[in-house]
Amino acid sequence: MSYWPLLGIALVVIGFALRFNPLMVVVGAAVATGLLAGLDFVAVVEALGKAFNDNRYISVTWIILPVIGILERHGLQQRARSVIESVRGATMGKLLVIYLLFRQITAALGMKDIGGHPQAVRPLVAPIAEAAAEKSHGELADGDREKVLAMSAATDNVGLFFGEDIFFAIASILLIQGVFESYGYPLTPLQLSVWAIPTAVCAFVIHSWRITALDRRLTRVRQVEDKEDAA
Amino acid sequence: MITYEWLYVLAGSFFALWSILSLRDQLYGNAAFWGILSVSFFAGSYLSDLANGILVLALVAIAGAGQLKRSAPETTLNEERESFSEKFGNRLFVPALIVPITAVAGTLLYNYLPLSIVEGGLFEERRETLILFGVGVVIALIAAMVWLRPAALAPAEEGRRLLDSIGWAAILPQMLAALGAVFALAGVGDIIGDAASGAIPEGSIFLTVVVFALGMALFTMIMGNAFAAFPVMAAAIGIPLLVEGYGGNPAVIGAVGMLAGFCGTLLTPMAANFNIVPAALLELKDQNAVIRQQVGTAIPLWICNVVIIYVGAFLLWN
Repeated sequence: MSYWPLLGIALVVIGFALRFNPLMVVVGAAVATGLLAGLDFVAVVEALGKAFNDNRYISVTWIILPVIGILERHGLQQRARSVIESVRGATMGKLLVIYLLFRQITAALGMKDIGGHPQAVRPLVAPIAEAAAEKSHGELADGDREKVLAMSAATDNVGLFFGEDIFFAIASILLIQGVFESYGYPLTPLQLSVWAIPTAVCAFVIHSWRITALDRRLTRVRQVEDKEDAA
Repeated sequence: MITYEWLYVLAGSFFALWSILSLRDQLYGNAAFWGILSVSFFAGSYLSDLANGILVLALVAIAGAGQLKRSAPETTLNEERESFSEKFGNRLFVPALIVPITAVAGTLLYNYLPLSIVEGGLFEERRETLILFGVGVVIALIAAMVWLRPAALAPAEEGRRLLDSIGWAAILPQMLAALGAVFALAGVGDIIGDAASGAIPEGSIFLTVVVFALGMALFTMIMGNAFAAFPVMAAAIGIPLLVEGYGGNPAVIGAVGMLAGFCGTLLTPMAANFNIVPAALLELKDQNAVIRQQVGTAIPLWICNVVIIYVGAFLLWN
């Protein structure tokens, strides 16, 4: 058996790592794989065209954009901010755990653009978390302040990644469906997306514990300082 | 019977409208890109494979030449949005909820009620959820239009604003699925399956699961993209070894395998939008500060994913 078709895999990895345009990388790898497997160029283009055409349903998901867009036009993101702001006054730990849950649930319902770093973390989540931490722990040392801000951003990522796949009409779920279908395993989106739930629960438990641990550690640092002041 | 073809006409119409609006905005690259995509949706089923292949090459050429630009259609100001948000309150979430509720409740109803209204089924087999998603989008759109009464073209323009912020990445998952199909055709899975079954001790399902999940995470870290890692690892280990060799449940292996890749996304500076950009936005001194906070979550979560695949795809399945 010839190992040459595997070069296509190497091309994907190298192309993405070198930051070439991903669409060019993917098509380049597909053409290379086909040629190395002994197909002629026209046959490779035909195979690619057929495969792209068979997988059109993956890109159907974008028809939701006008719905989200029209709601954003009428203040959806501002509304999401008010929801987050309503937990102002909570401790840093409690605040970030609530945001994690909010982000996971909204992403699972198909509203994955409701959070995000430029829209929510920078203007809202990070400053509120920092203020909450200072309220309970006093002024933060530089390193601790960085940790609180970075943890806010991390919470957004974890909430998004391990919430969005519960929504069935999302590119990653349909990509899995498409790949398995081309190998002859027909699956449905819901069959796949329910299996994102156990991981979502684990992600919530693990990350909440880590947020709380950071909050506790800040408390300890403060207690040590208080003792030193008293001494 | 309602098939995907109906959904393709709906999506094709959306992309055609976006193409026309781009043209009006003198964004010719965008107009060509979304226009070609709409041709693919409308006519793909009737074109030859070669013609479809040429459409793919044209899309890639436009994207590769950097001809897709961000657009800035007219929208509301921040202050207006604030006052809308006050006025409409949490009811703003309702139209967005119509979509998943229609699709999930509709699928459950369809599958558990004996709906033999139409001979041979109302929907194409296994396609009901995505078709009902399309129905949900149409209902949500009508509901939002009736309730909010924006200008007639507003949903299209707002959709275009979001679509152009995604740009060519909008068709990357579809393209990667096509790559997976070409891998399958070229027999990539068989080649690696042969090589890997020599390297992994015969019959060790658990070890194979570990290698699969580790491959997903590592390839994702190198490429910065779990979507790209998926067709590679599915072709290499997921399908030939886990599904075909050991008879695992394909739904679990696919879904949780992807999530093992997402753990890799948390660990890599290559996923700049998630990990490096926020560090810059928050003006952190250490550009890897966000990744540092994610390590302690990503590693135990990756282990959870290995256990979920092993238990869900093998112990519970067989």
